[in-house]
Amino acid sequence: MHYSVLQILKNGLTGNKGWKPVWRNPEPKKSYDIVIIGGGGHGLSTAYYLAKTYGIRNIAVLEKGYLGGGNVGRNTTIVRANYLLDGNLEFYSHSLKLWENLEQELNYNVMLSQRGCLLLAHNDGQFDDLAWRGNANLATGDDAVLMSADDVRAYTPYLNFDDARFPIRGGLLQRTGGTARHDAVAWGYARGADMRGVDLIQNCEVTGFRIEGGKIKGVETSRGYIGAGKVGMSVAGRTSQVAEMAGLRLPIESHVLQAFVTEAVKPVIDTVISFGMGHFYISQSDKGGLVFGGDIDGYNSYSQRGNLPMVEHVAEAAMALMPMIGKARMLRSWGGIVDMSMDGSPIIDKTPIEGLFLNGGWCYGGFKATPAAGAAFAHLMATGEKAAWATKFNLNRFETGHVIDDEGTGARPNLH
Amino acid sequence: MNRIPTGGLIDRDISIPFTFDGQKYTAHPGDTLASALLANGVRLMGRSFKYHRPRGVLTAGSEEPNALMEIGEGADRTPNTRATTCEVYHGMVAQSQNRFPSLKVDMLAVNDLLSPFLGAGFYYKTFMWPKKFWEAVYEPIIRRAAGLGRLSGQADKAVYEKAWAYCDVLVIGGGPAGLMAAFTAGKGGAKVILADEDFIIGGRLNSEKTEVDGKPSHRWAAEMAAKLREMPNVRVMIRTTVTGAYDGGTYGAVERVADHLADAKGAPRQIFWRIVAKHTILAAGATERPIAFPDNDRPGIMLAGAVRTYAHRYGVAAGQRVAVFTNNDDGWRTAQDLLALGVTVTALIDTRTDVSPDIDCPVFTGAAVVGTSGRLGIERLSVRTSDGAVQQINADCLAVSGGWNPALHLTGHMGGKPTWREDIAAFVPTPNSIPNLIAVGAANGNFSTLGALKEGMAAAKAALKDLRLKQVRPHVPVADDAQGAVAAYWHVPDVKGRSWLDFQNDVTVKDIELAHRENFRSVEHMKRYTTLGMATDQGKMSNMGALAVMAELTGQSIPETGTTIFRPPYTPVQMGALGAGGAGKGFAPERFTTTHDWAVARGAVMIEVGLWHRASWFPAAGETHWRQSCDREVKMVREAVGICDVSTLGKIDIQGPDAGVFLDRVYTNMFSTLKVGKVRYGLMLREDGMVLDDGTTARLGENHFVMTTTTGAAGPVMSHLEFCAQCLWPELDVKMISVTEQWAQIAVAGPKSRDLLAGLIGDVSNASFPFMGCGNVSIGGVNARLFRISFSGELAYEIAVPAGYGAALMVELVKRAEALGGGAYGMEALNVLRIEKGFLTHAEMDGRATVADLGMSGMMSTKKDFIGKVSSQREGLLDPMREQLVGIRPVGPVRQILGGSIMVDVDAEPIRENMQGHVTSVCYSPTLDGMIGLAFVKGGHGRIGQTIRAVDLLRNLDTLCEIVSPQFHDPEGEKARG
Amino acid sequence: MRIHCPHCGERDHREFEYLGSAKLLERPEGGDAAAFHDYVFQRKNPTGENAELWQHVMGCSAWLHVVRNVTTHEIIAVKLARDVKEAAR
Repeated sequence: MHYSVLQILKNGLTGNKGWKPVWRNPEPKKSYDIVIIGGGGHGLSTAYYLAKTYGIRNIAVLEKGYLGGGNVGRNTTIVRANYLLDGNLEFYSHSLKLWENLEQELNYNVMLSQRGCLLLAHNDGQFDDLAWRGNANLATGDDAVLMSADDVRAYTPYLNFDDARFPIRGGLLQRTGGTARHDAVAWGYARGADMRGVDLIQNCEVTGFRIEGGKIKGVETSRGYIGAGKVGMSVAGRTSQVAEMAGLRLPIESHVLQAFVTEAVKPVIDTVISFGMGHFYISQSDKGGLVFGGDIDGYNSYSQRGNLPMVEHVAEAAMALMPMIGKARMLRSWGGIVDMSMDGSPIIDKTPIEGLFLNGGWCYGGFKATPAAGAAFAHLMATGEKAAWATKFNLNRFETGHVIDDEGTGARPNLH
Repeated sequence: MNRIPTGGLIDRDISIPFTFDGQKYTAHPGDTLASALLANGVRLMGRSFKYHRPRGVLTAGSEEPNALMEIGEGADRTPNTRATTCEVYHGMVAQSQNRFPSLKVDMLAVNDLLSPFLGAGFYYKTFMWPKKFWEAVYEPIIRRAAGLGRLSGQADKAVYEKAWAYCDVLVIGGGPAGLMAAFTAGKGGAKVILADEDFIIGGRLNSEKTEVDGKPSHRWAAEMAAKLREMPNVRVMIRTTVTGAYDGGTYGAVERVADHLADAKGAPRQIFWRIVAKHTILAAGATERPIAFPDNDRPGIMLAGAVRTYAHRYGVAAGQRVAVFTNNDDGWRTAQDLLALGVTVTALIDTRTDVSPDIDCPVFTGAAVVGTSGRLGIERLSVRTSDGAVQQINADCLAVSGGWNPALHLTGHMGGKPTWREDIAAFVPTPNSIPNLIAVGAANGNFSTLGALKEGMAAAKAALKDLRLKQVRPHVPVADDAQGAVAAYWHVPDVKGRSWLDFQNDVTVKDIELAHRENFRSVEHMKRYTTLGMATDQGKMSNMGALAVMAELTGQSIPETGTTIFRPPYTPVQMGALGAGGAGKGFAPERFTTTHDWAVARGAVMIEVGLWHRASWFPAAGETHWRQSCDREVKMVREAVGICDVSTLGKIDIQGPDAGVFLDRVYTNMFSTLKVGKVRYGLMLREDGMVLDDGTTARLGENHFVMTTTTGAAGPVMSHLEFCAQCLWPELDVKMISVTEQWAQIAVAGPKSRDLLAGLIGDVSNASFPFMGCGNVSIGGVNARLFRISFSGELAYEIAVPAGYGAALMVELVKRAEALGGGAYGMEALNVLRIEKGFLTHAEMDGRATVADLGMSGMMSTKKDFIGKVSSQREGLLDPMREQLVGIRPVGPVRQILGGSIMVDVDAEPIRENMQGHVTSVCYSPTLDGMIGLAFVKGGHGRIGQTIRAVDLLRNLDTLCEIVSPQFHDPEGEKARG
Repeated sequence: MRIHCPHCGERDHREFEYLGSAKLLERPEGGDAAAFHDYVFQRKNPTGENAELWQHVMGCSAWLHVVRNVTTHEIIAVKLARDVKEAAR
């Protein structure tokens, strides 16, 4: 069903009885050409691009819970392409380009709002680093504006310019950065994939792999065995467990990342702001909630909940940066399990098992990567070749030393 | 006026003036804003989020979704404050919110007329054309219409605090169960905290006309509270909401210390508590739930329990002609209580057929409300009677009871799923959802007062037993044991119009039906698609009804349909409290060197390095620009002598027979061979082969070293060394401690430094203190350490004295330096001096550089293992085309270089594919009379002498540069050795 | 979470800094690249019980060997990392 103003009028006048299911609830078939494990944002976008770009229709996405229930459903919705290093630069640049056309492509409003994304610097060293980053972004074809402290004050006058512990030295603004409606991204891709014949199978947990002669044959699931020509793992947060069923050990730890939202208030922040002294980022949703987050809690975790030290630290950073927030009330906090890789950058690659592919290790970047990661993973699974915008996310880069360490903190996942 | 002539826990002798939307009213002590407004006949208190429908107060508690107000003025204005919990203080200014221009006439109510087109998720299907219009047109309109109250836009200067508390037993909620639990635990000698979100202890004992132990229940509660306050081992915390359950028996709680005061008199507004409890008894009661029926959202339609609360606790009749709609016995109680107070009850409508309430008012059983009417508030309702006929009934208040939901939210904070109980048609806490927490009373689905008292006591006894404390047998009070029968009834079926489930977010039964139709059937999909339960009440009013509707549609049971996850906080918490201490300078500690006051007094411009404040430059008379000062200070060091406080460098004292071997393993180069009285420069790697830090380490004795680290890496290096010593090589006999703050260290740099020190210390010649020599000296009778090391490339020394002598030494050194044509220098000059020498900071050691990248491969010992050695030999790190550290200097017409520029070949486009590296550090070098820089360049070590461009696309600068050695000044190092 | 430091007693985990898996105690001897790759980068990353290293940075600075359930966050055992390492020898 194509969505249009006409459809809305027609259905509105007929009691909204004419809307159709956004996706089917198919029974799993005996086998598929490709099985994607994980019905989160990346899994769904992978299926969508496999069907759309490569014409592969005999695909199943197996989701142990509900569609979009992974990190795509629990994040701070930020979209940006202001990374630092080769590998990440071209990837997120490509992703932003896909974002910009996503609504028209999916005929689904994911509410991409390019309201800007501002990184702050609080000393000369950070300012030089932002300049480097901005130059790299411009060289990649993305936009960047280096702001003086006065520029920042004019742009976001409500930040603390009076008695800040770490006065704002300047900032780097990416005007094309912003936010998107996270659930809508999952649903839009799900709908697009379903329309192209992809079977989206919920409440179907993968419990094992069938591997013969070093080649993947299929997956055991809570709903029986499903044969597969190729299998893609896109299970952020559980990557190590799923991969272990295939005998793989990965350079990944699972950590809990909390996010927060306040009660809705009238518009006060018209951009995305990142504090430079401690990890803290904030924006305002269309509903009016101030949405913000910080660092991972800092210890391995599979519980989708965090603890008070990070809650308090993030709130303190909020008060340090934007003291008017003191009168807003935190409404809800939640935690998602992120794959923290050993260099802070993701993995999109083949595995040593023929026909088994891995997409994981997304750290903080998974949501904004959703379009390009799905497109790259689809390209890899369909053609066996790396996509042009994702050539460096290799599984073996830790062995070879070709790491992509944007933060420069080394093999310490809780420092990325 | 709706104030009942007598009764209620208010002080009628005192009147408190306040305003709402500019109108003056009065309240009494004990009133909430909601009770005071109701008493004054105000029903309309807000507007809904989406359709801007008129809203009145629905509840009498913190779960209120409708009556949200802006309280206060100016920077103190707090939005979204629940009128139902907000105590009125003298002169309070309250305003309604989310309306324009006024609460009575809200232009955005037009949305309500468009509602057929604005159902759940409509926005996902539209606003996509034309493409640019989302940000430009649609979104700004949506954003302005959305949101509830307004933030002031000004800094919140109120005082907030944080605190810790520890107890044996934390009791959450001071109703019958909580009081009995706290009393029992207190009697047994346990350290008890009783926290209640209300400003009076008692919970529903204050809201009902019942008796406990033969007394009015509210009086019994007050007496119990008084007894508890007398126990030294019990702390009663009112206005304190336990907001979250966390690991290890840790609970978050917010205490509203002064929100109810016109003048806080210096007290914090709120305190955020972390309460650590060995045992927790959850006695948080229950929240009543509404029933969905058409137009059930008009002002005047309230929960029955709230109607009773307003009547009994506040002496307020919520209406003059009240109708009651119920599926349980509590509805009857409401009608009886109101009749007893002389309020007209126009109808009692019970959905159940098998009941026959004996109440002196029109009674309809097997009936349901199928519609309401009235402008800005209910005036009439339509009742469908058991025979299907529809009858009109007048009422200005409709009390609704759909049963009660145990307040089990905290038990879900650690991922626990609740258990369905069919007999009460509600979810109850699953035992052990939170370690050492037990739910009692209504929070556990036990709705009888006597049952609550008994459960509270039993839970406390169990805690006492586990704590091995005294067992006590308190008297069990006499109380009502009625559970109150209920028959599940969620929404009135077969009706026309919209039946609200989520009053704030405007989610109706139709929206759930639409979600079902479109296959958003899992609970999470339903919630996310319709926004149900995302309102400020976190779904306390709406979730159960919506679940039930979805369960009906899918043909599943409610427990099969599931619940969404309850997340902290239980009720929203002001960021000021959660972030207490973070505002202003409080966000991080400030560190000051011993010469700080001296430097400030000298007029130094200060800069922060990490947490440290350091002198950036010392302006001399007539200097107006930092560069003038910096250039002068650099020349001073190069030509005479400069003095700089370098105390912020990390200093680690390392001792033990194996100290040398230990250092061999953590540094890339050898230290065990270092002679006593000598200093060596060292590089330290992470285990992944990247440079962690650099610095000098001096050997003060056979078994005694002092290591210096960079300022920023002092903490991480200390931690790393401890890891190596404790986790990798515990067999090594070595100990270390940070002495950064114990020693003040001052650099004396420049060709005249020896002359200066000769006058102060005596012989510091090459013979006694050769380059990289060190030793103990005495300065004015103070034992000091002298190091012949240089971060400027000049003949230089660093003197360390116990911190207490730092300022005095600085004064003396600067005085002597000035006599020799020198003086103090700051961080800017220090940076220029080190760039001129190609010395490193963390701009170069950025965590991605290898020793080879930095041009120091010779420091990688081949004779021993060390941290990072193996990993540093990975093929990717040996690639000769890696980015390597070089110097750059302009050779074209553009003479400037900017930090953060990217490097590209002379003829190449400045695009990513052509990037050759970047500039890490730049400065104007007065010594070389031009800008110089340090840069990482691909294969740079093999490109010395070639030209390259430093391009800054952000600031439009394109500088042709020559690649040179990073040692611009005195590359042979003769001056430092001189 | 509350960690029972053998020196300092039970403290909130905000006083401690986390490093990672306790496998980091087992630094390979010799120069085998594969062994180091596994040591530095590869993680079992289990659900349930995990042995890990924390340092009491805001206390006694001892490195601790903590067995913790990473699914429930229950802390099962805390020892000095030094003792665990020496016992393994």
